[in-house]
Amino acid sequence: MEQPTLDVADLTVRFGGVLALDHVSLRAEANEIHGIIGPNGAGKTTLFNAVCGFVRPERGTIRYRGEALLGTAPHQLAQLGIARTLQGLGLWPGLTVLENVLVGSRVRPNFVASLLAMPRADRLERRLRDQAIQVLEELGIASVAGTLPGALPYGVQKRVIIARALMAAPDLLLLDEPASGLSAGDIERLAELVGRLRQRMSVVVVEHHVDLVMAISQRITVLNFGAVIASGTPAEIRGNRQVSAAYLGEDVTTAEGGASA
Amino acid sequence: MPAAVARWRSLVTPMLSRHLGLALGAFILLLLLSSQIGAYDDYNLAAVAIFAIATAGLNLLTGVNGQLSLGHGALMAVGAYSTSLMLRGHDLPLILVLLASLAAASLVGAVFGVAAARLRGPYLAGATLALAVGLPQIATRYSHVFGGEEGLTVPPPTAPGWLGADFPPERWLAWIAIAAALVTMVLLDNLLQSSVGRTFKAVRDHEAAAALAGINVARTQVIAFVISSACAGLAGSLFAYWAGLTAPAGFGVALSLQLVSAIVIGGLGSLSGAVWGSIVLVYVPALTSGMASSLKLPSAVGNNLPLLIYGAVLVVAMLVVPDGIDGGLRRLFALARARLAGATTNHKGVVDWDDPAGS
Repeated sequence: MEQPTLDVADLTVRFGGVLALDHVSLRAEANEIHGIIGPNGAGKTTLFNAVCGFVRPERGTIRYRGEALLGTAPHQLAQLGIARTLQGLGLWPGLTVLENVLVGSRVRPNFVASLLAMPRADRLERRLRDQAIQVLEELGIASVAGTLPGALPYGVQKRVIIARALMAAPDLLLLDEPASGLSAGDIERLAELVGRLRQRMSVVVVEHHVDLVMAISQRITVLNFGAVIASGTPAEIRGNRQVSAAYLGEDVTTAEGGASA
Repeated sequence: MPAAVARWRSLVTPMLSRHLGLALGAFILLLLLSSQIGAYDDYNLAAVAIFAIATAGLNLLTGVNGQLSLGHGALMAVGAYSTSLMLRGHDLPLILVLLASLAAASLVGAVFGVAAARLRGPYLAGATLALAVGLPQIATRYSHVFGGEEGLTVPPPTAPGWLGADFPPERWLAWIAIAAALVTMVLLDNLLQSSVGRTFKAVRDHEAAAALAGINVARTQVIAFVISSACAGLAGSLFAYWAGLTAPAGFGVALSLQLVSAIVIGGLGSLSGAVWGSIVLVYVPALTSGMASSLKLPSAVGNNLPLLIYGAVLVVAMLVVPDGIDGGLRRLFALARARLAGATTNHKGVVDWDDPAGS
């Protein structure tokens, strides 16, 4: 059996007296889209922050393709093949769309070659530009390559964020609320894109939009108050009374439509 | 002949040949200019070139990498004192003195940059200000080495014999400073146009996102600090030659603040902004002190008039061109181009929400 791409076991994170994550475990297999849902404050983003080394867990392990990930600094993840988007966009407003995507690459020319504008830096730069344009084309936003992201509509900015993550050609892509603020049409396109990405990588997606997660995920983990209350296939999650209770309150007989209504 | 062209093309990238061409053109123009003007103007021209080196480095740090330094005057002092100490009783080649002073300031900058990378916003400003206040004190404290308040004298660089025996030393100094400034600009622009420049900006704009893109944020900040310190050291070394004297009074807090005001007036984040700022820094006081003395005002007023006018220029610049002279000029050019293009504009940059590619 192949190693899972991401294997989180027994993860506990505490902020002062607040238990943000309580013995959380989840596994994302290779080429799997794994959805993480849960009400506000359930600990979804904290889980990502722990995986990325932004917060230090009290206990538990995080393994990436069998290797322990705890203690890895955030900037080392890209080289390992892990890319993550941030909830609040995190674009660099002073760089054009193309430059934003270029910085996403794992390959960087060395300092001296850049300082002296040596031919090999130039060759690499051109190769990276071609590659970045390809990624932008895949996302349908190559026409805005030279624009500063602040001038673009929100939906387009969100695609730039994904383009930047894809530029690193990751094996594990962590998407933090990719659908928030998107129009219905944009969400449809996002679902289609993530579906395609699955052939190349594993995707773990934290999302409020339950319908989207149900539609694209092979497996789903549901968090509530920092603890896993359910995990399984979309069909299993849909029928889970605890999940419905967490989302809708006590009465759960009308849980069919999820939280999208 | 085509073989030579091909060889040139294989060694020199389009960007480098553009930069070198621009620098060479500017060098020839400035040499011609300096040969037409008097000693006083050559002296000022040299000052502009020297400050342009320091402000270009500071702009890379503050404008491009987002680290505010109120202590760059002190790093210039490191370069200036290195030069003065090296030349005390020795006659060393100019290029060696310049490079050694640059190295000394880089070293101090590296040590300080490691601390600076842990500090943000007002804390960084405070720490660098402490550098500006504290470092010149060392010169007075250890006066047997650094000459105390009187400082150390520096012999002017001697022009080579083939220029003629009566070649003005001010002009020779201006040539050296211009050459040094242009080399600095070429190297800095190479960096700014490369992935290094993008990395600096990414760290400035959003640190967490930069880290997730694989950028070591602290290391990048230290590198920016070292490059910037190297520029300050080179400028300081030339400043020592220019002033003929290195004394603590020349490297007070005022100098550090002037450097920051120059990049703000000139335009944050661009090399041309650094040049504009240096011109303002040198010529506004030069013009106003000339004016003040010709008005025959009482000395209490006359001595402070240049400062007053400099302050007024700062305020007016902030109101009229908040993005600096460079930003103002860019907007002006864009406006002129739009006027010229007239009705043929195709509304580029307006993006359809659902179809950004316009397909």
